Amino acid sequence: MTVLPYSEYVPHDDALIVRTPARPRLRPRVAVRDDPVWVRYTVIALAVAFLGLFVVVPLINVFAQAFAKGIDIYLAALTDAEALAAIRLTLITAAASILVNGFFGLVAAWAIAKFEFRGKNVLITLIDLPFSVSPVIAGLVFVLLFGLQGLLGPWLAAHDIKIIFAIPGILLATIFVTFPFIVRELIPLMQEQGTEEEEAALSLGASGLWTFIRVTLPNVKWALLYGVLLCNARAMGEYGAVSVVSGHIRGETNTMPLHIETLYEGYQAAPAFAVASLLALLALVTLLAKAVLEKRSAKE
Amino acid sequence: MRISILDVTKRFGDFTALDQVRLDVRSGELIALLGPSGSGKTTLLRIVAGFEWPDVGEVQFDGEDALSHSVGERNVGFVFQHYALFRHMTVFENIAFGLRARPRRYRHSDQEIRKRVDRLLDLVQIGWLRDRYPRQLSGGQRQRVALARALAIEPRVLLLDEPFGALDAKVRKELRRWLRNLHNEIHVTSIFVTHDQEEALEVADRIVVMDKGAIQQAGTPQQVYDHPQTAAVHEFIGESIVVPVTVEAGDVSFDGTSLGLDPQGVASGAALLFARPHDLTIVPTTGEHRLKGVVRRIHGIGPARRVEVVLGGETLIEVGALRAQQLRVGQLVGLRPDQYRLFPAAS
Repeated sequence: MTVLPYSEYVPHDDALIVRTPARPRLRPRVAVRDDPVWVRYTVIALAVAFLGLFVVVPLINVFAQAFAKGIDIYLAALTDAEALAAIRLTLITAAASILVNGFFGLVAAWAIAKFEFRGKNVLITLIDLPFSVSPVIAGLVFVLLFGLQGLLGPWLAAHDIKIIFAIPGILLATIFVTFPFIVRELIPLMQEQGTEEEEAALSLGASGLWTFIRVTLPNVKWALLYGVLLCNARAMGEYGAVSVVSGHIRGETNTMPLHIETLYEGYQAAPAFAVASLLALLALVTLLAKAVLEKRSAKE
Repeated sequence: MRISILDVTKRFGDFTALDQVRLDVRSGELIALLGPSGSGKTTLLRIVAGFEWPDVGEVQFDGEDALSHSVGERNVGFVFQHYALFRHMTVFENIAFGLRARPRRYRHSDQEIRKRVDRLLDLVQIGWLRDRYPRQLSGGQRQRVALARALAIEPRVLLLDEPFGALDAKVRKELRRWLRNLHNEIHVTSIFVTHDQEEALEVADRIVVMDKGAIQQAGTPQQVYDHPQTAAVHEFIGESIVVPVTVEAGDVSFDGTSLGLDPQGVASGAALLFARPHDLTIVPTTGEHRLKGVVRRIHGIGPARRVEVVLGGETLIEVGALRAQQLRVGQLVGLRPDQYRLFPAAS
């Protein structure tokens, strides 16, 4: 094996390092930005080409396909009753996810960051569960729990409560899948901030609610907004879990991703891409909002 | 306002943080809780504030039970070691917080709040920082804001938890002198926690020395320094020289040699002799009743010198000596304790 003066080079896998005694460098190391022009441009070109091929071209394609049959078809696809129902359901689902996960995210992050209790590590692991479980399985779990043949199915049927193949199931599945986003943003920040500011507020005579609104919430507002943004993006785009519990009833239990799929499977490419372009637009807006948020929170 | 702490005990799991602590703080007094970390001083302060509750015991404000009231109801001003300023509020908003948090019917008008905050800003001499955010302030400035914020609610008692602990030496000295002057002006009953004996001696009317969850001694700085009641207090306040001795038949001996000292009521057996470095005089070895030792090192500049002496082959002590005194390393010297305290070795 050729021995190279790589003494500062530390790869991730320690077992693979062949440590060589540091020896004096004969030549001062060349800074990366002093690399030859052709290297620089090759690297930049590679990065740009990759991004273009895998991100920009498909994105443009979505819009191109959407408008392929003219703007009339595009608008018709978006104002179609089933499309409008899908958009409405998606918005409701996203709003519900944000509200529920925002509330429980704050509560869970507060509990984990500010108190010591038994089973805390188990709780932290559980919070990450939706990240590690495939969304399809998450959907199946709800079917097994609430479906007709499920654990609570007969009871629910007897009381005429529909969860699976209905909106409640879609909400449950989406909330489950998007749960970690907000908590994950809040926990490290709250842990770092500790409880002294809250104690100070209480000692100054503030009530618990006032302390929460005036001290705790403003201190985590950027992280909370960031989490809400991620949660929203994922909630609107969720396919797997929702697909299992929805039943694909057009105009009723179809969210936007499901609606797109239904259209596409039915050989209606242009309308499918028209609705897809809306979702893509949402992604772009999310990116923009994320950039703005990061800039503002960095300023504070 | 008078604060009475009556037989307060507090445990965290197996650890006893406070063990039957009794203390009276007189109205208008500035008192220092002094002790090493883990001595229970911060726990005691947090119990008085209402952040913690004791397992057993009572806390009374002017004879009234305080434990049945929450921290907000007790009307205490609390100053944290790391300031705990509200990071997203300006200095002005920080100080106004307590006034704005009041229930509507007790709240002052906006104009009145502004007037009060401005007065406090003047009091802590930081009026020009009014619109800054905490992150734009130095440590000393932050602590002044924290103090003004605590004073804004016109607290009945001011509690300070290591208020100067996070500051550098120069600012610390300046701020504690300023705190002393401020206290002379406003006379609010104050308790501050510190592990810095110099700080306690300089600022406090009275010092409460704590160790292992118990009060060792309470008294004026002079009393505590001159008449320490336990070995722990002697060790903790000021510099101490400790010599292991034996008390037998009304006499004190070291290494088999009688020292001709009064045992100060300590029972026969192993004991510890405590003295301040300046209370041990180096004398010739001739003459009786002398601690004897060998000079190991001489150092120091200026008029006074520090001399390290090894007693009985193993106990190393450091005493002061005048430059005029002729000493050399390896020399056998005698030591005479002019002032000393004896404590049983077990304590």
